Amino acid sequence: MPSRTPLVLRRIYPVAPRDLEQAGTVSTEVRRELLALGMSPDVVRRASVICFEGEMNIVLYSQGGRVILLVKEDRVELLFSDDGPGIADIELVSQPGYSTAPDWARELGFGAGLGINNMEQNSDLFEIRSRVGEGTVVRATILLGVPFF
Amino acid sequence: MELAKIVADLGWETLVGADLTRDVRDGYCSDLLSDVLAHAQAGDLWITHQRHLNVVAVGKLRDVAGIVFPRGLRPTPDVIARAAQERVNLFLSADPAFVVAGKLYRVLHP
Repeated sequence: MPSRTPLVLRRIYPVAPRDLEQAGTVSTEVRRELLALGMSPDVVRRASVICFEGEMNIVLYSQGGRVILLVKEDRVELLFSDDGPGIADIELVSQPGYSTAPDWARELGFGAGLGINNMEQNSDLFEIRSRVGEGTVVRATILLGVPFF
Repeated sequence: MELAKIVADLGWETLVGADLTRDVRDGYCSDLLSDVLAHAQAGDLWITHQRHLNVVAVGKLRDVAGIVFPRGLRPTPDVIARAAQERVNLFLSADPAFVVAGKLYRVLHP
């Protein structure tokens, strides 16, 4: 869905694979940016949850990638793109409770199989595209001024 | 109820006291980070056995009133430093999680 509203802010944050030391820093930075723009607490909270889950997915499961924050007049968009390995069955991985997390990640409280569900629940528009062997792009959009229940 | 009063009443050790004037809404217990992101509310005290760096990020993003580590599970200095930097309150209790939650519940819901 093309959006022609003016761009307010664009930020690109690289995310390194398996780097749990830095994991979460993109989300806290995105939160800071949105607060600085005067976004409502509801929008900041939803974007924070979406961003943390997306960032952790790149850290835990991908070969590295990036988080892109786009703020337009009528929406906040978060794009999570990675460099592989790609997802063969998107419907399967989106099921609550499904996770491929290794034991070490589960012991740290990740891999509950709730990540994609959390992202979708906090988005107004949500889309996953993936090619096995190439990578995955997740696009989560929060529409501003739209009531959220 | 004010956080400082709860901390004093329950005898928790303050590891990071960035803002003890905060009003505590309620409590939440979970060791699953996605579960906390989905269900904890701003102003909750979060009781968890997890004590790594990402817990600080989750606490910050969810805007909890503080994170309570039960059973004397002291986080490493880097976690405490990150929490201080992000202004996330951290507390330590000698009690096991069930007892921490029970005592907190009694204070918040007399």
